[in-house]
Amino acid sequence: MAEDVLKSGDLPENPERATLEGRNKFMGFWFFLGGETVLFASLFGTFLALRNSNAGGPAAEDIFGLGLVFIMTVLLLTSSLTSVYAMYHMKNNDFKKMQLWLGITVVLGLGFLGMEIYEFYHYVHGYEFGFTTSAFSSAFYTLVGFHGAHVAFGLSWFVALMIRNAKRGLNLYNAPKFYIGSLYWHFIDVVWVFIFTVVYLLGKVG
Amino acid sequence: MSTTANQKAGIGSVLWDYLTTVDHKKIAILYLIGGMFFFLVGGLQAMLIRIQLIVPENEFLSAQFYNEVLTMHGTTMIFLAAMPLLFALMNAVLPLQIGARDVAFPFVNALGFWLFFFGGIFLNISWFTGGAPDAGWTAYAPLSVFSEGHGVDYYSIGLQIAGFGTLMAGINFLVTVINMRAPGMTYMRMPLFTWTSFIASVLILFAFPALTVGLFLLTFDRLFGANFFNPDMGGNAIIWEHLFWIFGHPEVYILILPAFGVFSEVIPAFAKKRLFGYSSMVFATILIAFLGFMVWAHHMFTVGLGPIANSIFAVATMAIAVPTGIKIFNWLFTLWGGQIRMTSPMVFALGFIPTFTIGGMTGVMLASAAADFQYHDSYFVVAHFHYVIVGGVVLGIFAGLIYWWPKMFGTLLNEKLNHWFFWLFFIGFHLTFFLQHFLGLMGMPRRYWTYLEGQNLDLFNLISTIGAFFMAVGTLVFLYNVVKTQMKGEKVSGDPWDARTLEWSIPSPPPFYNFKQEPLVRGLDPLWIEKMQGNGKIQPAEPLGDIHMPNRSLTPFMISLGLFIAGFGIMYQGGMWVLAGIGFATTLGSMLYRSLKDDIGYHVHKEELEEEGDGSNG
Repeated sequence: MAEDVLKSGDLPENPERATLEGRNKFMGFWFFLGGETVLFASLFGTFLALRNSNAGGPAAEDIFGLGLVFIMTVLLLTSSLTSVYAMYHMKNNDFKKMQLWLGITVVLGLGFLGMEIYEFYHYVHGYEFGFTTSAFSSAFYTLVGFHGAHVAFGLSWFVALMIRNAKRGLNLYNAPKFYIGSLYWHFIDVVWVFIFTVVYLLGKVG
Repeated sequence: MSTTANQKAGIGSVLWDYLTTVDHKKIAILYLIGGMFFFLVGGLQAMLIRIQLIVPENEFLSAQFYNEVLTMHGTTMIFLAAMPLLFALMNAVLPLQIGARDVAFPFVNALGFWLFFFGGIFLNISWFTGGAPDAGWTAYAPLSVFSEGHGVDYYSIGLQIAGFGTLMAGINFLVTVINMRAPGMTYMRMPLFTWTSFIASVLILFAFPALTVGLFLLTFDRLFGANFFNPDMGGNAIIWEHLFWIFGHPEVYILILPAFGVFSEVIPAFAKKRLFGYSSMVFATILIAFLGFMVWAHHMFTVGLGPIANSIFAVATMAIAVPTGIKIFNWLFTLWGGQIRMTSPMVFALGFIPTFTIGGMTGVMLASAAADFQYHDSYFVVAHFHYVIVGGVVLGIFAGLIYWWPKMFGTLLNEKLNHWFFWLFFIGFHLTFFLQHFLGLMGMPRRYWTYLEGQNLDLFNLISTIGAFFMAVGTLVFLYNVVKTQMKGEKVSGDPWDARTLEWSIPSPPPFYNFKQEPLVRGLDPLWIEKMQGNGKIQPAEPLGDIHMPNRSLTPFMISLGLFIAGFGIMYQGGMWVLAGIGFATTLGSMLYRSLKDDIGYHVHKEELEEEGDGSNG
């Protein structure tokens, strides 16, 4: 009965939606992402209103370098693809391959996060562009920092799930957890596409 | 307030039960206690305001203290009284109305309550640590940024915590309605209270994150030296107003739509007719929600957005009068030709219709951007929003509480005292607020702590204060009624009102699994259909079987407690940073525990269920 959901092996085709709890989680998480969309929309709106208000401090075109940001973008977009592979293997009930691709996703995400930390460090120490420098700097660090915090949270989430379930494999109870983790990861990726466009491209050439 | 705390402290097991419960019916009771407590606190603040304004140039409160009381009255009533009381009603009846055994996320539901609870406590601790928030419930920048002391920090962090809770509750109800309906309970057979709560949850989902961001920006500006609202550093104070009202206007509909839902249940039940124009009611609800998102700038007509923006927002605002009017007429047509029973919930509903219509009418007046320059920030606005919020939401909450009290507690509140409550409150309300329209037109600005003699403002303010005392006495009558009824503890049947919807088909209060067998719904007002065409009992949709139930958990409490502790660290900084560390470690650790620990619930077995009778209200 209740314990059946913890048995691994011999899962149905879409294990993440095979139980009512799984379907609830799936839908609830989509709604949560809807709320997150408004959260980031508000941050983007604020950033757009303040992106030229540098109050004598460094402006966007002075500090942004598209090279680094381009590599970060490639890393994060690729990590979205690798998480799709992981979900593909989940649906095929191949736990080991799922773990492998999730691991690659985590490595790519860590690379992204490391470069972002380097980027912030560089702005603060190379250009004296800190959180309190101007309205533009506050808006920049808040928007990009919120995204970075989401990345960090998503990585911790994946790692926790991978370690917790390493020995027992997939079952109907943890499949939805992996699945919504990957949904979250895609969302973070989509937000980054907008950040790349609105913050960096627009800042450099807009 | 203190009585409930004392009762609980005496009985450790009851306390533990409520700290760890994930049962929506118990969470409803928690929301009810929390909401009523803050309703009384906010009411006390209202009385202080009215006593201060009873005569011109009064010195009863200092100007600073008046600002704090005024700010906390608004903040408390909206976030800590009205919303939790509506959540109490939703938790108590929404799952029952759709024939569900539970909500979609029992754990998240409990988390929503505890976040609200700790957010509310956090906000009110400010009274004892050097002064409450004093920048108005709207906390407009730059006033809120430059407000001295930590009052506004309590506001921004306290509401942040409570706001997370509201978001959790909203998502839970959305998924509950979509995934957990009983067989035959199609969307267009859902009771109107379920519909309006569902749509209000959509509004919560899309409105609250804007407040989240606004509060973050305010916190960053005040505590971390950010420059969002500081014009010297390129900031823009108007951003706060936009974010606040992008949240704040839908918030008005988050409050009023469930109240509309309550009246749409009460009126058919006591007019003995099905709701007139059911589908147009659903349509009007959705339309109000949709339009509610594109009218926020009508709070900002005098900011200087320009005539084009003002006109667009004025027209969109006036358009909301159309679906609201549809609702008013549908209620009137439901009453028309019905066999009306003057029970107290019905009297509240009948009092609501003209009161809310007046509030709606002044709303259209305020929506005229050109005229609004005259009304703006005057007592006319104060009168308007009290007509819709007290005349709509508060009357709705009390109608709902009295109507569903038997379902929540198995007892019936004394009808005579309910009528006393209504008349005292209703007369007091109009005495208090009707004349405030004219005070506003005569030029009295809102939020000022006093006014001068000899400007013809004295008499109306005096009458207004007298009215407030009527409302206070009415509320005390209600409290007395609650205590008296619960002490007496006289049980009533599962269906004491001879009502129409599914929640009345099971015992009062319902067993913890709600429905022994999933009910089969054969149409709108399913119980009434069975009363007219069947044997008066809902037919089961499944044979008797094991019932899956969730485990109780202390984790929601711990997650919320962590944020509460962390709030102090972020606010006081310095050596207090350690509190932020402890708090966030508690919250994140509890979340990790939740994620890693298997929690698959348990089953109530068929054999145990068979011993308990057939589960109908018979």
